[in-house]
Formats: sequence, structure tokens, C-alpha cells
Amino acid sequence: MKFKDYYAILGVERGATADAIKEAYRKLARKYHPDVSKEANAEARFKEMAEAYATLKDPAKRAAYDQLGRHGSDEEFRPPPDWSTQFGGDSGAFDGMDFADLFAGLAGHPRGRGRQGSAPAMRGQDYEIAVPITIEESFGGTEVSLDLTTTEFDEQGAPRRVPRSVKARIPKGATDGQVLRLPGQGGKGFHGGRDGDVYLNISLRPHRLYRASGHDLFLDLPVTPWEAALGTDAAIPTPAGTVKLKVPAGTRGGQQLRLAGRGLPTPQGRAGDLHAIVQIVLPPELTERERGLLRDLAAASAFNPRRHLE
Amino acid sequence: MTSEFAPAAWSGEGARLRLAELADLADLSEAELLELVECGALTPDEGTPGQWVFGITSLTVARTARRLREDFELEPHGVALLLRLMDRIRRLEEELRELQARRPG
Repeated sequence: MKFKDYYAILGVERGATADAIKEAYRKLARKYHPDVSKEANAEARFKEMAEAYATLKDPAKRAAYDQLGRHGSDEEFRPPPDWSTQFGGDSGAFDGMDFADLFAGLAGHPRGRGRQGSAPAMRGQDYEIAVPITIEESFGGTEVSLDLTTTEFDEQGAPRRVPRSVKARIPKGATDGQVLRLPGQGGKGFHGGRDGDVYLNISLRPHRLYRASGHDLFLDLPVTPWEAALGTDAAIPTPAGTVKLKVPAGTRGGQQLRLAGRGLPTPQGRAGDLHAIVQIVLPPELTERERGLLRDLAAASAFNPRRHLE
Repeated sequence: MTSEFAPAAWSGEGARLRLAELADLADLSEAELLELVECGALTPDEGTPGQWVFGITSLTVARTARRLREDFELEPHGVALLLRLMDRIRRLEEELRELQARRPG
């Protein structure tokens, strides 16, 4: 397994006091905790420092860690044989273990010595996974395949990391920020403790055409000035297919035309709406004839849109 | 490597959790949950005290409370304060997303 330098991770000296370690952890937690941090990779970094702190803040675990000696970060190593006898119970069987598991056995975790008597029931670990989906996938529902590495316990109570693949069905109409719970799919419980759950944090990927807000969708609808003035029929893409929309004569720029029920499905069996936001656009280049016609229109019109500014 | 089709519990409107279930799933005591309800950090979807029903949003809040308590070593008052601020941020972000969606791109 790979060695982890917990002191370096927390940015403290090996001889640091408990208070110094606590202070170092708190400072880093403020910076990297996923609930309050916007730093890139906050979750992974926080997991690392939480693990370091959990070991170094407990005197027994810290002593055990110090006994491992100094090694380079990420250096391959094995705990010395006398270490496992003193701290680990079962010697030798370290394959498939994470570095953090070495210290788990020291404070009421199932991986303890048999003669400690009946271990308390331990619930399995919960897992949270970010699942980005497209608007189309939300519209029709979809299946995702998730790769997890969960913890299981063998007969001696030693933890093993087991890679698993879990398929989950995302129901229709899943919205951005929604949470889906997969009961019992997380880490295994021990001694009668219940299995952990998997939580899927759904997010909607940005879409070429649509913007989502809850179950509603928004789409920009460019029209020419003459279409806005005279009205027109427009073909509008929706997740269910193209629909015809009548743009009424006299439609203003910025006006929202609502297509009811053309958004994302709601759990009650209905659906949100699709809003087409009208944008009046000019041709990038005008022909001479077009320019001439527009000048005629300017001369013929008495409309002053800035009267109220005078 | 095992491959399984997991039955997904539909979130949002579907979930109906009693106080005891919520406590179990969030790994908090019922007393801790009651404290969170008391200071407004957690809101039951329906019911009277003793008959409360919670939705999955409450489960997310409760699990966050547990995480904050553990990761920041906070006492309940600090946790409740943080939760309220986080809820405010979440609602602001939602409002912002809606405004951005309605704005022509």
C-alpha cells in the first residue's frame, strides 16, 4: 500500500501539539470542505485531510502511526511485522487494504482482536456520487452505470475495498440539484449494522438549445423585424420533437411565448413548460433593395419609441 | 465485480420519512433532529409533532448537519446557523439560475 504523510498533509511538524494539529485541520477545513468551498478538487483534498486528522487527533492512533516510521509520500511500503502484532491484530494480511484502514482497528472499529468480545454493530458507509445528465436523458429517463469501490468486511473483520458496478434508473423529469437515494447499495454493514446507501446528486448538463429552470425549459427564438410585426409560424424544437408555434403579429422583443407542457415531466404525471424568448434580429448584411425599403419605412412611419425620454 | 440493477427510490415528492427513519438514515439522534426543527434548520413536509413526515430534502439537510458536526467539530448552535446560511445560498443560486435561464442568451 502507499504511505501517506499525514503531518505533511496537515502542514505540521511531526512533534506538533494536539492543539496545533487541531488548528491546522480547522484552517484547512474552512478552505476545502465541500459544503463551503469552491476550490477545485475540494472533495478529494478534504477527504485526505479528514483522514489525516482522524488519525493524528487520537493519541492511540497517532502513536501507532508514528511507529510506522518516516517514509516518502505515496511510497510503496508494508507495516513492519512487530507493528501489526502490537497494533493490528492479524499480521501480514494487508493486501487490498487502504492505508487508512490500518488505524481503523484501534478504536471500536470491527477490525479488532477477537478477544475483545462482541463488537458493536457498524452501519455501512454512505456514498455520494455526482451524476450529470443531459436534458434529453432527463426527459426520457435514463439508466446510469456507476463504478464504486465500497468497503466490505471479511470473517476476521478486516476491511477490504471491493470494486462494484451498480446500475441505477434515473426517472423521467429529474431536475438539476435533485437527489436520488439507492437504499442499501453503499458499503456493507458489520455485525448486524445496516448497509449504507448511495446518493446520486443529479445535475443537468448545459444544452445547445435549452436552458432549464426546475421543470421549465427556455429557448431563444430569433425572428426578423417583419416577422415580429406581421406575425409568422415558427418551427420550435422541443425534447419531444418539433412543434409549430404561431408568433402573433406585434410580438415585442423579449416577449416569452409559452408552450404549455413541453418542458420536463413532473412526478405528478404532468410537465413543465417550454418558454420561447423572442429576439428580434437583423440580417447581418442588407442588400441595397432591403436598405431602400427600410428607408422608405422610416420615412413613412411616425412612430417615436423615445418620446418618453424627451 | 458485481453488476446489479438498483431500484432507485424516487426523490422529492415520493419520500415520506418518519422522525425515527430520518434519524437512522442521517445517523443523528432524534433529539438532534428535534433541535434542528426547533431552530428552523429542518422543516417537516407535514404532520404535527409526533406525527411528522419528512421528504428527501430534509434527509439531505440532516445528512449535511451530521457532516458539518463531524467535520467541523461544531456544537448544535453552530451547525444550525451554518445550515440556515447554506439554505439561503441554495435558494439564491436557484433564483440566479432561473433568471439566467429567462434571459436571452
